[in-house]
Amino acid sequence: MAKLVKIKIDGKEIQAEEGKNLVKVAKENGIFIPSLCYYEHIDPPLGTCRVCTCELNGKAVPACMQKVKQGMDVKVNTPELTDVRKAIVEMMFAEGNHFCPACEKSGNCDMQHMGYEMGVSVSRFPHIFKDRLIDFNPKRMVIEHNRCVKCRRCIEEVLTDDGKQVFSFFNRGNETIVAIDYEQEARLTKEQALHAMKICPTGAILVRGASMGSPFGDRRFDMHSAKPEGKKIAKPSLPAKGPKKGKPKKKVIATISLAGCFGCHMSMLDIDLGFVDLIELVEFNKSPINDIKEFTKKCDIGLVEGGCCNTENIETLREFRKKCKILVAMGECAIWGGLPAMRNLVPLEECLEEAYLNSMTTEPGEHIVPYHEDLPKILDKVYPINEIVEIDYFIPGCPPNAEHIWKAVKNLLWGDQYSILYSEFKYD
Amino acid sequence: MQVDLQVHQRANPDLLDCLWAYQNKHGYIRDEDVAEFSAYRGISKVELEGVISFYHFFHRKPAGRYTIYLNNSIVSEFSGFQRVKEAFERETGAAFGEVDPSGLFGLFETACIGLSDQEPAALINFHPFTNLTTMKVKHIIAELKKGVPVEKLCDEVADNIRYVPGEGRSVFLREYFPGSAIAKLQALSPEQVIDEINRSKLSGRGGAFFPTGLKWGLCRQQESSPKYIVCNADEGEPGTFKDRVLLNTMPGLVLEGMIIAGYAVGASVGMLYLRAEYTWMKDKLEKAIEQFYRMGLLGLNAAGIKGFNFDIRLQLGAGSYVIGEETAMLNSLEGKRGESRVKQYFPVEKGYLNQPTVVNNVETLCAAARVMELGADHFLKLGTPDSPGTKLLSISGDCHLPGIYEIEWGMRLEDLLQLCQAENPYYIQVSGPSGECVSMAEKNRVLSKEDLRCGGSLMIFSGHRDILDILINFADFFKEESCGVCTPCRAGNFIIRRKLEKVRLGLAHQSDYEDIRQWGKIMQIASRCGLGKMATNALIKALDAFPEYFNQKIEGEADRLNKEFNIERAVADYEKFRS
Repeated sequence: MAKLVKIKIDGKEIQAEEGKNLVKVAKENGIFIPSLCYYEHIDPPLGTCRVCTCELNGKAVPACMQKVKQGMDVKVNTPELTDVRKAIVEMMFAEGNHFCPACEKSGNCDMQHMGYEMGVSVSRFPHIFKDRLIDFNPKRMVIEHNRCVKCRRCIEEVLTDDGKQVFSFFNRGNETIVAIDYEQEARLTKEQALHAMKICPTGAILVRGASMGSPFGDRRFDMHSAKPEGKKIAKPSLPAKGPKKGKPKKKVIATISLAGCFGCHMSMLDIDLGFVDLIELVEFNKSPINDIKEFTKKCDIGLVEGGCCNTENIETLREFRKKCKILVAMGECAIWGGLPAMRNLVPLEECLEEAYLNSMTTEPGEHIVPYHEDLPKILDKVYPINEIVEIDYFIPGCPPNAEHIWKAVKNLLWGDQYSILYSEFKYD
Repeated sequence: MQVDLQVHQRANPDLLDCLWAYQNKHGYIRDEDVAEFSAYRGISKVELEGVISFYHFFHRKPAGRYTIYLNNSIVSEFSGFQRVKEAFERETGAAFGEVDPSGLFGLFETACIGLSDQEPAALINFHPFTNLTTMKVKHIIAELKKGVPVEKLCDEVADNIRYVPGEGRSVFLREYFPGSAIAKLQALSPEQVIDEINRSKLSGRGGAFFPTGLKWGLCRQQESSPKYIVCNADEGEPGTFKDRVLLNTMPGLVLEGMIIAGYAVGASVGMLYLRAEYTWMKDKLEKAIEQFYRMGLLGLNAAGIKGFNFDIRLQLGAGSYVIGEETAMLNSLEGKRGESRVKQYFPVEKGYLNQPTVVNNVETLCAAARVMELGADHFLKLGTPDSPGTKLLSISGDCHLPGIYEIEWGMRLEDLLQLCQAENPYYIQVSGPSGECVSMAEKNRVLSKEDLRCGGSLMIFSGHRDILDILINFADFFKEESCGVCTPCRAGNFIIRRKLEKVRLGLAHQSDYEDIRQWGKIMQIASRCGLGKMATNALIKALDAFPEYFNQKIEGEADRLNKEFNIERAVADYEKFRS
């Protein structure tokens, strides 16, 4: 057995075997250091994802690269470091095209899981929406370049029996992809292919016929956090105020669905009988719930579902910004475009031609793309609502959990303390 | 399952040379070449394609019989890049990034080619063409069409040595007597050589200022053998061309530095990694190496020292800025993608082929040779107590005398600006895009390790230049040159570039500047190597140094709308369907 040394993590004295990996030692001692590329048996570690960034003796370093040595002083959970790690995961979401509800790996995805653990509700970075290919050429696999985070696991780990690389980085800079060798891929056994899919931290490597895992609720990251303690992941974002005496004045709420599916509105109704209590405290102004079409007064809070795909959405959203003191993006579509933003990867012209001109179901002689002064104009892409107006808060989920929505609203309107359960915080 | 490192860490040291051979034969690397080579070496095609696609001078499609690379660095941009670019397109009939229909000309943009003192400049089949104008372009293309060989048309690159300290105070640009530095080795043990270098306080001239003697000593201590010396002649930092002048005027001094380093650390092989942009100096350097062999300064019992066997080979790069980072260079020498390595070992412990390796910059090695020749005492008399000696600076931009300046450390910035006759200097970029920028409020700062550090590039911009043009050019450069391995650098540089567009449109809020600072900081903290760590240096510093400029770019935010969104532009695509 190796020599035992003393190190400090976040001020906690820990005894560990000399030379052992820091991520592992921290985990064994109840300190969670997130990481996406780290893999115990790959040495030297890959050091590509940078999600495990910590501070060692005052210097920022990736934890996966550190071997335990006597006297190490490691900081993991300082506000700054927590934010840096969160930012890197947000960067990955902004860089790739991650449509969780449409992804085979959802619920079993390491990256999505990191998002939950870190409480990523919105990426602070604008989505890039780069058009990337999906490679259907390999015999056994499908490579979804939209989802790859370039962790390098597959490059190092997946080899043919005679030691040839199946994957390799290709190009550089923002154009970098993980390319696959069709000849070598065909030589992999089924087990090797499944292994490749398994070690991929996202849904970038799929094996045909084996991609759907377990049902909702049974997936790896559905119910429980990887953090050893504390299932609370979001803290109240406003200071709590004491309850006011006397009968409170009713607060006014407005809601709208732009380029969304009304799923978030349906989710709002899921508090069932809770609605009876809620209606004692609030009144709805412009909203599909009561079918008021125009604002009749200033509102305390506006909940916006969906992104902006046409000029009418833009107009409505700007009106909401004028009339609502607090504006909340509710659900993935409002936050960054969501499923409708799948069209952002394709030029508008091609989308319209496919839908109206080349479609099999187009009536003969009706080959025309609708255009009329009374119709809203379609935008070049689906815009997240914070690219149009300033947004104060974001509630993630597709749709967001009903409890989550109302807890957040109550917090914003009355300062109620709340905590969101792990199972209530979801992107799909 | 234990990963077999032997398989993964396998190297193909001659890979780049082989790829050059294929490309030189056919003008590009053909599918057959990839198939042939991968089968021959027993590697998968994708691995080989991965290497090829990393280097921007390798082509997988025909790139024209005359392949033209026009430099798009900021100094070029301010000296008429756009007009020259248009002239090339007009005269050749090709668009940039493409080949003309007859396959004669291929036009490509490239990052700084080390000719910032004579911009706009281009390489045609890797021969230099400097001080380009529309007329000159017209002439060149007409001659090429007539069949005049490129070698006959290309320019003699001027060295532009503008300033050398007098009274024997020069270190680099004094007269060079071949062999005089290594002649001193015979009387000294390797330890004594390292002591002498240590005593001179020589530190790395690539910009990192790591003590050279310490590096050599650490490498010497390693038990593993063989050991290697790598001369980093891949000065890719835009605005730098000092190594070009050293290599061009005294290649022997560079080789002597390598031999001295080899003797000191006990190495047997030296490799000179020459950037492909300097291919036009390759023959000259190879001749110098040959001559050194003939003089008995290389090979068995090199420099007449019994038992000291030292060889030097030249490795030509293939276009990538990040290779200047030492671990990326080691990967490239091994025939891999030039990604920086994880910092688990120093190159002096495990470098080239996992053997102890010293990587030194051209200027550092030349300085080491001069220290041996002139003695550490002479060196210590120059400069400041903490940074003794002299420094070569490549000065470019808005000044009347761009070129090479050998200054003693400790010169004030203002004195230097006077020396090169800077025109209304306003924004000075020190050490290239990854360095820092200073305003004239800092004109009293002193060029030295202690105060204003400079790796070699100094770009001067006058008051009529737009700061955002400069910063956006830098952002484009980093976006292009990021190796793509780590998230903060790959995605971060792209995201920052977008943000700058918003600032350029005059639609930024104060909060956008805060975003830039914070995002830049995240890149500094989390990136894997210097490229990502330094990429936002200049940008963040500029926000501090030029507040009046950035404040006038701000849009009010009273109505809480995001002004970047432009509804006319957003519906432009749809308007095409208006019947």
